[in-house]
Amino acid sequence: MMRFYKVSVFILSLVPVSLLLYNFYTDELGANPFETLTRQSGEWTLRFLLITLSLTPLKILLTKSWPLKFRRMLGLFTFFYASLHLLTYIWFDQFFDWNEIWVDIIKHPFITIGMLSWLILLPLAITSTRGMKKRLGRRWKKLHQAVYVIGVLVLIHYFMLVKADYWWPVLYSLIFIGLMVFRVLYIRQRLTGRFGLKMLLRQGVKP
Amino acid sequence: MLIKKAEQIKPSEITPKEIYQQRRHFLKTSVNTGLGLAASGLLATRAADVFAGYGLKTLNHVKNSQYSLDDELTKYKDVTTYNNFYEFGASKSSPAATAHKLNAEPWSIKVEGHVENPASYHLEDIITEQTLEERIYRLRCVERWSMVVPWLGFPLAELIKKVKPTSQAKFVEFTTLYRPEEMQGQRRGVLAWPYVEGLRMDEAMHPLAFLAVGLYGEVLPNQNGAPIRLVVPWKYGFKSIKSIVKIRFTAQQPVSSWTRSAPHEYGFYSNVNPDVDHPRWSQRRERRIGEFFKRKTLMFNGYAEDVAHLYKNMDLKKYF
Repeated sequence: MMRFYKVSVFILSLVPVSLLLYNFYTDELGANPFETLTRQSGEWTLRFLLITLSLTPLKILLTKSWPLKFRRMLGLFTFFYASLHLLTYIWFDQFFDWNEIWVDIIKHPFITIGMLSWLILLPLAITSTRGMKKRLGRRWKKLHQAVYVIGVLVLIHYFMLVKADYWWPVLYSLIFIGLMVFRVLYIRQRLTGRFGLKMLLRQGVKP
Repeated sequence: MLIKKAEQIKPSEITPKEIYQQRRHFLKTSVNTGLGLAASGLLATRAADVFAGYGLKTLNHVKNSQYSLDDELTKYKDVTTYNNFYEFGASKSSPAATAHKLNAEPWSIKVEGHVENPASYHLEDIITEQTLEERIYRLRCVERWSMVVPWLGFPLAELIKKVKPTSQAKFVEFTTLYRPEEMQGQRRGVLAWPYVEGLRMDEAMHPLAFLAVGLYGEVLPNQNGAPIRLVVPWKYGFKSIKSIVKIRFTAQQPVSSWTRSAPHEYGFYSNVNPDVDHPRWSQRRERRIGEFFKRKTLMFNGYAEDVAHLYKNMDLKKYF
């Protein structure tokens, strides 16, 4: 049964990219399809990142372990959409002009931060296998906590893109902050026993 | 009366659609290489798509070839569905979706400040006195995309001469309509409404500075700034203020809306300049809508010969 769920989530995760490519070929992405590809792949990266980060809180809330079974796959899809996003920039914005890309990275913090986020994401994707997890032991967890840094960087990157209407980056930031606050409160409660958030939430879910 | 219903117009007066269509050449160059292949299906546009208008009122006009490019035109559909007009929402597609709520008739423009003939002028009266010309201009957005648009209108200088600014007038300030019940983007404080833009007097008097009341032979669709908008082709698009209700002649340099919103990013002049980056991105290249490869951005958007003298001895990095 778990296998069925995993395959379903895998297929669902491919829906956004499939729709994007289909609409690209049928010329349904508007007047500036290349910009749409870049925007959409970037936004899906952020969505997958937030979905991935919500699995641990979900596990705690449900007191079930199954959400964590999807963590690696959804994390890798975050990397997949991030790489697509990067590719659209390298291809449609810069046409593989590496010199130009380098200048852009150095001169414009907006690009610097986006690039940095992908670079930090890369080792997490590489070490996502079971073998690497075993080999790295305790360091694996430390390394993968870098995902929180990526979250912050990606949101800054999004804020920097916007000219005046901050509605969407603010909304995504609130979700991210919510997920982080949940973790902090949960850890604090485990360490000190104070703050009965866990109990409260459990009672909410299982009365 | 220059604005006529389509049926009142003699066939000889109308610019035939074929003329527009002839200007359209199929994209050949960009799709020849491997890089272009992915986009070839997308860009091989049918000629009929170039002008498929909304069937708005047609405008009688003459062609101004002196100020017209030979470049192929951006498709009417793209010109009218990919718009930055924050009064109708901040996404590019929302103006086309929501601008029909605007009722642009009747329309008048208040002229005030250092001027001999301050008054509220009916748009019809203004237009009746002018010979409408068609000019094909480049339009370069600060966001690094560009279009080629056949505007209909008349030189801003003609209107300014009529209202006679006094010697104290050093700048012209323009204001967009503020009507949140019809312009839903104004219900949120994304920018300081109403939208304000300005030009130096000599910029405003330049023959290229244009007041447009139509495009592609028809009256302006609402999302393009109906019923009357500014077109300053050597400056970034946001300088070309839309749906103008007030023109004020001032001694002080006006503060435009984008400058107010982010002074370090959007200066008063905002001349198209490939050598001055936006803080967040380079302005050296642009994507012309409908094309795959990017073009090099031209100094003053290709109008350097006409306008460079206005900025002689000015440090354009400082006065961006």
